Amino acid sequence: MGELLTPLVRYYEISALWVRASTTYRASFWMLTIGGFVLTGVDFVGIWILFHTVVSLGGFSLREVAFLYGGTGLAIALADMFVGRIERLGSMIRLGKLDTMMVRPVPLLIQVCADEFALRRIARVLQALVVFGWASAYVEWSPAKIAMATSMVVSGSVIFFALFIAFACLQFWTADSAEVANAFTYGGNTLTSYPLTVFPGEVVKALTFVLPLAFVNWYPSLYILGRDDPFGFPAWTQVLSPVVAVLMAGVAALVWRTGVRHYRSTGS
Amino acid sequence: MTLLHVSIAGRAFRRYSTYTAATLAGIFTNCVFGVIICFVYTAVWDQRPHAGGYDVHDALTYAWLGQAMIMTVAVWGGGSPDDLAERIRSGDVALDFYRPVGILGWYVAADLGRALFHLLTRGIAPTIVGAILFDLRWPAGPLTWLAVAASIPLAVLVSFGLRFLVAMSGFWILDSQGTKVLAASAAVFFSGLTVPLVLFPGWLQNVAVVLPWATFLQVPADIWLGQRSGWEVLVGLALQVFWAVALLALCALVLRTAERKVVVQGG
Repeated sequence: MGELLTPLVRYYEISALWVRASTTYRASFWMLTIGGFVLTGVDFVGIWILFHTVVSLGGFSLREVAFLYGGTGLAIALADMFVGRIERLGSMIRLGKLDTMMVRPVPLLIQVCADEFALRRIARVLQALVVFGWASAYVEWSPAKIAMATSMVVSGSVIFFALFIAFACLQFWTADSAEVANAFTYGGNTLTSYPLTVFPGEVVKALTFVLPLAFVNWYPSLYILGRDDPFGFPAWTQVLSPVVAVLMAGVAALVWRTGVRHYRSTGS
Repeated sequence: MTLLHVSIAGRAFRRYSTYTAATLAGIFTNCVFGVIICFVYTAVWDQRPHAGGYDVHDALTYAWLGQAMIMTVAVWGGGSPDDLAERIRSGDVALDFYRPVGILGWYVAADLGRALFHLLTRGIAPTIVGAILFDLRWPAGPLTWLAVAASIPLAVLVSFGLRFLVAMSGFWILDSQGTKVLAASAAVFFSGLTVPLVLFPGWLQNVAVVLPWATFLQVPADIWLGQRSGWEVLVGLALQVFWAVALLALCALVLRTAERKVVVQGG
């Protein structure tokens, strides 16, 4: 047990250091935090404005869309807060920071993710939580649905954790390709903010079998909102999110190991 | 405009063109977002075929123009004002005040060079991809093309003015990161990048269309789509000129005040 916990303790120690550092510039810290809240908040205001024009989007009401938005929003916000820094892997390689980290007695992945840990990213979590809370007020909750919601947020976060790590590993090969990852992480977040009925059936199949983003919020939400699957997928897909999350974490770990093995420093 | 400014712009263009992989990655991301937004807009305009005075082709074209303008106009911030922010933080800006070239002109030229590079890559490439995947609308004639061509650099100038002011906030609060994020939120929303301004509810729309951010995307897009025609084109361009002049004048004023404030430590 102790063995397992040590990396998490190290993560906590490194991030606590950065939290102290970032709160030194008090005005800037608060503006960044409030700014982060507003910046993701305008996304939802955008959806709210769309609903001024239409009554439903893909057959889903504003409250249902808010539930989907909040679900995927919480998942990516938590992932972004804890492992989001990995998107700077390329610049860590360029600056030789990664070499320094490799000789330290703390797991490399922990150091990369905790580097410059930004507490202000909690603003994004709070923003998603506000929308999720509002939408939840209209759900008829039962113990099973509460369990499903908990599993959705945890599994969704793990799926985004895995995507952040796996796509950041591209930077082991081309150091300035960070933005490709954005298409899948933030792009995936935008995509799953809407009911998947908005997209063609092929997209939904791809999001189920290839890049399983539909398991972040779509399938569990169908259960919680009491909706039949519009694409006719069997009901048991709605409980698969934890399985998908574990699989994705496995894939990400494999990609990370391959990346680190491939890594040959910058030379000079 | 002097030969020096042209060469500054040229250097900025070349500086950005070094990062080929980053440019390709960015184009890919723009395309992914363009496709996602198109499906959402299709769902909206299927229900309300004339929402905001646009038909579905206008809406889809708007989605891709939005992707094209993100980097060209630097809606999220960035460009040469970021260099200034870094020089304010490090103190190197003190040297800039003693150069025989005006600071403002230098940074305007550098940002225009950057914008041209981003227009030719991150602007044009996603638009072509969008046109292959969807049925897009094109400017009606040579005059409309000309108006679009005039509108884009004006949008860059307005955006530059705002970004430069944000960077200069660093003279007073040392770290302009916070101001930058707040400014980005306003820009993303009020430029019409989140949702076209034409869909904004009445009162909010009336305010939003005259704010400087409206010149980033909504004005050029409406000229492109023919939503603005005849005199309305000139009114749109005039709004852009007004904000460009007003903001650049304000930049010059703030810069003069800041110059008196800068204290070089040591030496």
